[in-house]
Amino acid sequence: MIASLEVRKTFRRRNLIALGSFALIAALTLGSSVVTAFDWPASLRSFPKAAGWMAANFMPDGRALRNAPKIGAKLAETLLVSVMSTVLAAAFAFFMAILGSKTTRLHPLVSGLVRLIASLCRNIPVVAWAMIFLLSYGQNVLTGLLSLFIGTFGFLTRAFMETVDETAESSVEALKASGAPWLATVTQAVVPSVMPQVASWILYMVETNIRDATLVGILTGTGIGFLFDLYYKSLNFPSAAFVVLCIIVVVLLIETLSNALRRLIL
Amino acid sequence: MAILAINNLTKYYKDVRALTDVSLKVKAGEFVTVIGRSGAGKSTLLRCVNRMIEPSSGRIEFDGTDMRSLGRRDLRRARTRIGMIFQHFNLVPRQTVIENVLHGRLGYKSTLQGSLGIYGDEEKNHAVEVLERLGLAEQMHKRCDQLSGGQKQRVGIARALVQDPRLILCDEPIASLDPSSSKTIMDHLHRISRDMKITILMNLHQVDVAIKYSDRIIGIREGSIVYDGEPRKLKKKTVAEIYGSDADDILFEESPD
Repeated sequence: MIASLEVRKTFRRRNLIALGSFALIAALTLGSSVVTAFDWPASLRSFPKAAGWMAANFMPDGRALRNAPKIGAKLAETLLVSVMSTVLAAAFAFFMAILGSKTTRLHPLVSGLVRLIASLCRNIPVVAWAMIFLLSYGQNVLTGLLSLFIGTFGFLTRAFMETVDETAESSVEALKASGAPWLATVTQAVVPSVMPQVASWILYMVETNIRDATLVGILTGTGIGFLFDLYYKSLNFPSAAFVVLCIIVVVLLIETLSNALRRLIL
Repeated sequence: MAILAINNLTKYYKDVRALTDVSLKVKAGEFVTVIGRSGAGKSTLLRCVNRMIEPSSGRIEFDGTDMRSLGRRDLRRARTRIGMIFQHFNLVPRQTVIENVLHGRLGYKSTLQGSLGIYGDEEKNHAVEVLERLGLAEQMHKRCDQLSGGQKQRVGIARALVQDPRLILCDEPIASLDPSSSKTIMDHLHRISRDMKITILMNLHQVDVAIKYSDRIIGIREGSIVYDGEPRKLKKKTVAEIYGSDADDILFEESPD
């Protein structure tokens, strides 16, 4: 038996929406490549050539390996800056999240202010923060640290607020109803409820910040980003390639480590 | 003597009226059940008593105190004598049973003691004793997320009991439990009201359960009380009126008298 008209209409509508969405994406892709004069065939053809150049020039050699101690030291610096900025930002963000969350806020006005500050810190990209701080602090580690700190603070405040609202709302209601003081509600109900997710967010941010710190380092002239920039601009491609390789290895290592930690906590 | 007196309580959410001119008195030690459809205002009524929801107008007197006149600190003090039990238990799942039960004592503590979670021996012994009475002695050191629904609700009851309350508000305490756990919970609450003389004000969906356990039933429809009386006098017609449906559509048997 053929399906009723109503049922067929519903399914036809669904198919039309799918087709429409696909057409829209295709149009956007084509439209933007026409506007930017992007040459698809040429860019595809250049792949083998680029790979060939990389195989010939972008390969660590003996001279690059001799730079290993220097690269190691700069990598450690970048790693420490990202861990430090994350941990510092997390401490501030947790405090602000408690004031900003609908569940634990003391006053709606304070909560609104916290949300505004967090969103400002979050929505300006870390690289833009770095440029802003470059003007006031110049090219040094503090500039990188500060910009990572601000971006991380904004992001974690938002993430922690959502975690508090999701995981602690019901127990906070219970403790409020029993007449518990506000601070006791936070330390006895909110903190134990949110701890695993908070730790997980911090690990995620450490990973992200190691990547971002590399980029910021190019701007601020510090850490591993600076070293890459230096080698690259002095046409020392083998050493630059070695830096990239080291970064990849460290990022993968950190990710494995943090995944293991996360499994342990959750 | 009335432990709770509600007079002309009205509650608006923005422009929507949730409760209209509700007045009722509850005697000390009484087991009172509120029935009504979802959204009739049962939950709002219950939460107006301890001001987890602020009433728009009216008077609420608990144990001789005008609840609406209280400032922050005095409200906290009044709330320590009102226990509350929730449909979803509202425990801290990652903490142990005994830790969750002791949360009921936080209202009696200074901010410093409470924030550090410092409890006296007397309080700990009391918590253990309450847990034994509720049959949870063996679960005491387990984390709450390892318990069954019925056990979690018993932890919720224990947390309310260590508050030393005069009144316990129960918001759909058996709505997410299976029939056998529901019976255990209702039996415990019944015993608490009978033996400890603690007043119980409860929201329920199951009319038959309400009739079996309550001293008194209050029917609410669209924010107003439409029935207030003994369970055995509740007629099928009244139940149909409370739920706004045909008498024939109600799964309910009148008591024969």
